[in-house]
Amino acid sequence: MLELANPKRFMEFSYDVLPWVAIGAAVALCLGLYLALFVVPPDYQQGDTVRIMFVHVPAAWAAMMVYAAMVVASVISLIHRHPLADVAARTAAPLGALFTALALITGSLWGKPMWGTYWVWDARLTSFFILLLLYLAYIALWNAIEDETRAARACAILAIVGAVNLPIVEFSVDWWNTLHQGESIFRAGGPLIAPVFLWPLAIMSVGYTLLFVTLWLLRIRTEIMQRRIRTLTLSGDGHG
Amino acid sequence: MNAFSAILVRDTRLFFRAGGGAFLALAFFSSVAVLVPLGTGPDLALLGRIAGGVLWVAAVLAALLALDRMFQSDFDDGSLDLVALGPLSLEGVALAKIASHWLATGLPLTIVSPLLALMFNLPDRAYPALVASLAIGTPAVSAIGAIGAGLTLSIRRGNLILPLIVLPLLSPAVIFGAGGVLAAIDHVANGALWFLAAFSLVAVLLSPFAAAAAVRLNLAG
Amino acid sequence: MVFRGLGFRLRAGQALTVEGPNGSGKTSLLRVIAGFLRPEEGAIRLEMKDGQPVAAREERSAFIGWLGHQDGVKAQMTPREILRFHAQLYGVRQPDVGAALNLVALARVADLPVQYLSAGQKKRLALARLKLSDRPLWLLDEPLSALDAAGRALAAGLVRGHCAEGGMAIIATHEPLELETEKLLLAA
Repeated sequence: MLELANPKRFMEFSYDVLPWVAIGAAVALCLGLYLALFVVPPDYQQGDTVRIMFVHVPAAWAAMMVYAAMVVASVISLIHRHPLADVAARTAAPLGALFTALALITGSLWGKPMWGTYWVWDARLTSFFILLLLYLAYIALWNAIEDETRAARACAILAIVGAVNLPIVEFSVDWWNTLHQGESIFRAGGPLIAPVFLWPLAIMSVGYTLLFVTLWLLRIRTEIMQRRIRTLTLSGDGHG
Repeated sequence: MNAFSAILVRDTRLFFRAGGGAFLALAFFSSVAVLVPLGTGPDLALLGRIAGGVLWVAAVLAALLALDRMFQSDFDDGSLDLVALGPLSLEGVALAKIASHWLATGLPLTIVSPLLALMFNLPDRAYPALVASLAIGTPAVSAIGAIGAGLTLSIRRGNLILPLIVLPLLSPAVIFGAGGVLAAIDHVANGALWFLAAFSLVAVLLSPFAAAAAVRLNLAG
Repeated sequence: MVFRGLGFRLRAGQALTVEGPNGSGKTSLLRVIAGFLRPEEGAIRLEMKDGQPVAAREERSAFIGWLGHQDGVKAQMTPREILRFHAQLYGVRQPDVGAALNLVALARVADLPVQYLSAGQKKRLALARLKLSDRPLWLLDEPLSALDAAGRALAAGLVRGHCAEGGMAIIATHEPLELETEKLLLAA
């Protein structure tokens, strides 16, 4: 089939690229963690708990970036009806959910020493929770629709609707937060970041991004191979 | 009568006939509203304060109940094919169905809400805000619900997954709707109802396109 | 992929029977013609009498009268309401709902909710709606299911009359109508 031509090229390309991206992710994450845990001085207010930031903030960044990647794949899937875009969008979603969950967990761990409780209805945590729900809805919808092409299209529509809605959710949650907490505990825009924190944070963000790309490529490859196996199994059925 | 109003009238009638979902939604709305005080205890000061939020959440959940009547019943009995071959575009069909769903759920819920608010001891000054917020905001519930209804058309027991899709998307409506009521209680002007109106308008204008795309997808079956 | 390498041509006044076992793609073929389903390859071409082609899928739908394998009738509505709604939906000028009901011998139950009707009566109602649609190209999916001998004769008569007036019909069925038609056989 003609469609396989492109996945084939993708398989070759990803085979070459994957090791380098994986090494890059490992180096960036190791270096970033080393800096964050051993080099960066404790914050004068938060002490050592500030180090959670280096896993939390990049996870939050990755969670949003993955959604953006998913939306791009969805648009391509709707316009060009390309199966590779379907696979790309589909495989990104669980990774996005994972990063979002990581951001939520680290956020609430960070919250315990700062706020004295694991969960406050802070604007950012709340909107990330809604983002997580959106990821879960996307995954659930995909699993519920039996026909794969139809599932891909339906999920692409949902991803795009979500992308239109997310900024509104973000705005409304911010608004809601100021409505219910006259004096905010958590400054809007987050704590000011001293330059000494900035480098490790940037390196960690690069690490998370590369980690996502590694896992994404791996998952797309796995999915394509699974489809090939299925096709082969079905076509070889005659020999029992 | 043109195709748009034909669908609007037929669907609204069907919603109000036996098993149509309009009364079900109303009953569900009331049940949730009664359960909450049973859960929180009859502290009138507390109830008055949370009335707006509770009624908003109950209204959203109640409206979702009737969503399977929007496209699903037409899809199941084959009449959606006939509607799709009519002169009205599927976007127009979706808008007509959103309107009839609102007439059957959002509007009755809005009308009944002051009665329930009475049981919640909502301060007098907040009644106009409550009714206005529901009247302005529930069209968004029907509109965004239409997207979910379209997306879950081909799924058996799709009504189980539908709330999962629709509820996160509806969080701004709940925030602004309940926020408007709270603002009225606290005598502050925070523009909640304006935000709600804007959200509702955008939802009603854009949702028909997404819903129609989703329905079109499922007609290919 | 359900079928490939399929080609046929139908002129005004002609009917075509599509036969084949279950799963051979009869319904899919009708859905492709109606424009619900996009063919992976190939095209459906519809031409007016003057040779003017009807280009877009959306435009094509305005020519199609549809009778699916489901009747598309609402249990809570009466036959009269269903036909009236349909005429409004399709913008039929001066619809004669009473005549359509008489045609399929449903006048007696015209104001009874459809849930009390038998399967055969529902199918006849769907046939009346098809007639009322006033569309030139009829697509019928298993029109004979649930019909008794009289009902079958009625269905065949309706298609014959439609073609005699210059209409066209494509009928997917595994039990042929008592009717002179072109034939297309789909393999399993």
